[in-house]
Amino acid sequence: MLTGSVIVLASFIYVGLLFAIAYYGDKRADAGRSIIANPYIYALSLAVYCTSWTFYGSVGRAATSGIGFLPIYLGPTLTAMLWGYVLLKMVRISKANRITSIADFVASRYGKSQLLGGLVTVIAVIGIVPYISLQLKAVSNSFSIILKYPAIATPDNEAMIPLLADNTFYIALLLAIFTILFGTRHLDASERHEGLVAAIAFESVVKLFAFIAVGVYVTYVLYDGFADIFSSAIEYPQLVKLLDFGGTSVDYASWASLTFLSMLAILFLPRQFQIAVVENVDERHLKKAVWLFPLYLLAINIFVLPITFAGLMHFPAGNVDADTFVLNLPIAQQQSLLTLIVFIGGLSAATGMVIVETIALSTMVCNNLVMPVLLRLNVLHLHERADLSTLIVGIRRGAIIGVIMLGYAYFRLAGEAYALVSIGLISFAAVAQFAPAILGGMFWKGATRRGAICGLLTGFAVWTYTLLLPSFAKSGWLPIEFVEHGLFGMTLLKPLELFGLGGLDDITHCLFWSMFCNIGAFIAVSLVTTPSFAEQVQAALFVDAHSAPRPQRAESLRGDASVNELMTLVGRFLGQRRARVAFAAYAQKRGTRSARELKPDADLIHFAETLLAGAIGAGSARVVVASIVQEEPLGIDKVMNILDETSQALAHSRELEQKSRELEIATEELRSANQRLQELDRLKDDFVSTVTHELRTPLTSIRAFSEILQDNPALELTQREKFLGIITRESERLTRLINQVLDLAKIESGNAEWRTADIDVREVIEDALSSTSQLFSDNGITLELRLPDALPRISADRDRLMQVMLNLLSNAAKYCHNNGGQVIVTGALTPDGLRVDVADNGAGISADDQHVIFEKFRQVGDTLTQKPHGTGLGLPICRQIVQHFGGRLWVESTPGRGATFSFVLPLGSRAGNETAAARKFGT
Amino acid sequence: MTRRILIVDDELNIVTSLDFLLKSEGHEVATAHNGGEALQQAATFRPHLVVLDVMLPVIDGFEVCRRLRADPSQRSLKILILTARGRAAERERGHAEGADVYMTKPFATRDLVARVRELLRCDEPGNA
Repeated sequence: MLTGSVIVLASFIYVGLLFAIAYYGDKRADAGRSIIANPYIYALSLAVYCTSWTFYGSVGRAATSGIGFLPIYLGPTLTAMLWGYVLLKMVRISKANRITSIADFVASRYGKSQLLGGLVTVIAVIGIVPYISLQLKAVSNSFSIILKYPAIATPDNEAMIPLLADNTFYIALLLAIFTILFGTRHLDASERHEGLVAAIAFESVVKLFAFIAVGVYVTYVLYDGFADIFSSAIEYPQLVKLLDFGGTSVDYASWASLTFLSMLAILFLPRQFQIAVVENVDERHLKKAVWLFPLYLLAINIFVLPITFAGLMHFPAGNVDADTFVLNLPIAQQQSLLTLIVFIGGLSAATGMVIVETIALSTMVCNNLVMPVLLRLNVLHLHERADLSTLIVGIRRGAIIGVIMLGYAYFRLAGEAYALVSIGLISFAAVAQFAPAILGGMFWKGATRRGAICGLLTGFAVWTYTLLLPSFAKSGWLPIEFVEHGLFGMTLLKPLELFGLGGLDDITHCLFWSMFCNIGAFIAVSLVTTPSFAEQVQAALFVDAHSAPRPQRAESLRGDASVNELMTLVGRFLGQRRARVAFAAYAQKRGTRSARELKPDADLIHFAETLLAGAIGAGSARVVVASIVQEEPLGIDKVMNILDETSQALAHSRELEQKSRELEIATEELRSANQRLQELDRLKDDFVSTVTHELRTPLTSIRAFSEILQDNPALELTQREKFLGIITRESERLTRLINQVLDLAKIESGNAEWRTADIDVREVIEDALSSTSQLFSDNGITLELRLPDALPRISADRDRLMQVMLNLLSNAAKYCHNNGGQVIVTGALTPDGLRVDVADNGAGISADDQHVIFEKFRQVGDTLTQKPHGTGLGLPICRQIVQHFGGRLWVESTPGRGATFSFVLPLGSRAGNETAAARKFGT
Repeated sequence: MTRRILIVDDELNIVTSLDFLLKSEGHEVATAHNGGEALQQAATFRPHLVVLDVMLPVIDGFEVCRRLRADPSQRSLKILILTARGRAAERERGHAEGADVYMTKPFATRDLVARVRELLRCDEPGNA
């Protein structure tokens, strides 16, 4: 008979047996004769993947979705094909770097970042807690069912039971104690637990045996083999549906996403990492595990459908939870021994998972969360404590209890709302978030710490929002409104249909969005950030792990810390005895007789660092070792300087390139400035030489005639007067020329005096006309003035404006045909200001010459046989004057039909503003 | 001894003064006001001496000088350049183009007369 005491006794005997195996395993390991050093044990221990979720949950899932239970095992089978490359690389990297957990792995890859280690730990703990609670639920359910033997029972609602009356609470406590005894009996630098692995392998045998036992019983005792069960099942239409995709809740999308999810889970679940990577004794074992492990998965799944069908046919009323078929079928047949075996099998599946998972998590919590914080808090004076190993063991034990109790809490809060399989998938989706950072880090050197942090954070945030929080809400722990209507009532933010992506199951939906955000952020941020030197070194170590089995440890600290100091330091964390043993072994390997004779070189410091990394994580180990190396003259700063040399050289070279580019630009600027100066110089020379020439011409006449008059006193009077007249006119010309050159120079240099006042333009124009009227009438030219009645007063210099008018009028007279010539002066008010036109009907000016005439000393009419009288400075000066008042002066002409010189003066005086501009463009 | 002299200048007053000076010396004088006119006059008037300005409209004095020197029928022609341009480089250019004398403005009338006499005296034996 199965009484409570029998069950408890059997359980304790079973656990005792596990202890014995673990103890034996540890003893053998200490003696150097490992019992786990063979691929079969390794492959069996990997089967820690199959938890009570597999043991009870597969049948439960098959009962609702038929073959939909399979992806969880197909994924790992597919991944196993890649183990020879991916897992092997992880193992090599981890051994080379003494990596003790998945958090350590990520932290180490990205420059031994404590932040990343902590982040991964937090995600792992939050993600795995529901999974642990699932195991507690399974054990407590099976316990409550078997207690009622031989009655068929469905588990009670555990959440209603007070804490101290709750079996599950005691199961959790027992599991915690059990895990502490297994996992933290001593502190090992390598963080390997041979005895534990042996026990886990044994558990895998037990659960497989138990499941196959019930399977064989159902298939061959209750029925007459597979064919009999399936042919019986075919008579039930609702069972036939379970055999293919049609009619089940499993569509292709969720089939694919579950396969993908479990492909990642087998690599990144902390317990799988612990067993497959950390506890691996020989990487050659992987070769056999590649096919042994899938074989185990196949074996444990063969009887899932027969048990499911048998259960559904035996309990057609649907009042028995399919998750309990494995246990309830033997109970229904009153097979007490088989029932006990099944219970022990389920127990072994649950305990194996909880122990390994919790150990892995507690290592992470201790090394990546608590120790970094404690080492930073100087109040504890950790650096001065002689022996920290007790403290570390204490932290780990606390972490174990904490993690299991969190699992229990989740069980109380949310456990009842979900079937086993759904809870497990939530955890799978959480650890899948590690994939981009780890796989990316292993195969892409460009992956950076910031990229990994951003990817993990966004992925984890999406997972929390689309999976964890809805699970809380469905359990009634959070208001359900945000699930049904979206956060803040925004439909786009509905956690299960984010941004309107509907039609997917929760897991597929979460996987899509979390991976999309995670990978996106990881790659994008990695591309835009530059890795630090430490990151680059670690990236090379990880990515090139295959090609460089013995990597250069360029990053290791160099200094003169003494052997004693290092040994004491390691002893503080590992215990003095272990430290001495480790150093002695190292000395032996290096060919020296004792640790005292070791040279405290970079290799030894690296050795100490890796020893410590095993106990307190890579990030913390570096900080601790650096603390004693730093005190030496050849301190860490200097070392880091040396290491940074490359990057500094790069930076220098970049700076030089930049400088050189700047110099080239400056040179180019100087060259063009010089060219402009030369041009200006040439213009000035030209001007001076032209002015000189223009001055010499009248001077030549004056001198020649003066000498002629002097040498010929007997000249006729008329001739005498003619020559004197020439001298006078040429003197006047010379004076005018000198005045105009000086005038122009003054205007151009801005030194001219301007007597600006409000003036009446009409008056100025009329005065100019009257003072030139004689000139026009002498030459037989008619002069006409067309002015509107009212012209506004403008602000200008009256004399200067007069100068312009006189110049334009005398030019018109000069170039007009004598007798029959006509000049019309027009004034008008335009939008631009006051406009004055002086139009003649002379020969006109060709298009080319229209520009030339405003240049100095250029007169049109040079082609005539006789040079016109003028200085060639009149128009340039006029233009300068008009521009000074903010106006402009131009000419329009058709050759043969006269020319019109026009200027516009703005009504408001802008003389002050325009001076500078005029000066700038005047030359 | 009477010689034919061509005066080329675009400044009317300078032409007037040269005309007076050279006629006083007893020479026959013709005038031109630009390069084209100068070449034309040289062909018809057949001067013994050309007094040539440089800054001339259409064809400048240097060019007139070169063309006259390129004309085989003008082999005995004397050329006196009289210009406001006095830089060494321009002086050299004048000689290179074939000028016998290069004088700058303003000039001393006695100097000019002396140089003309000099040029025409050298000319005499060849012409005799």
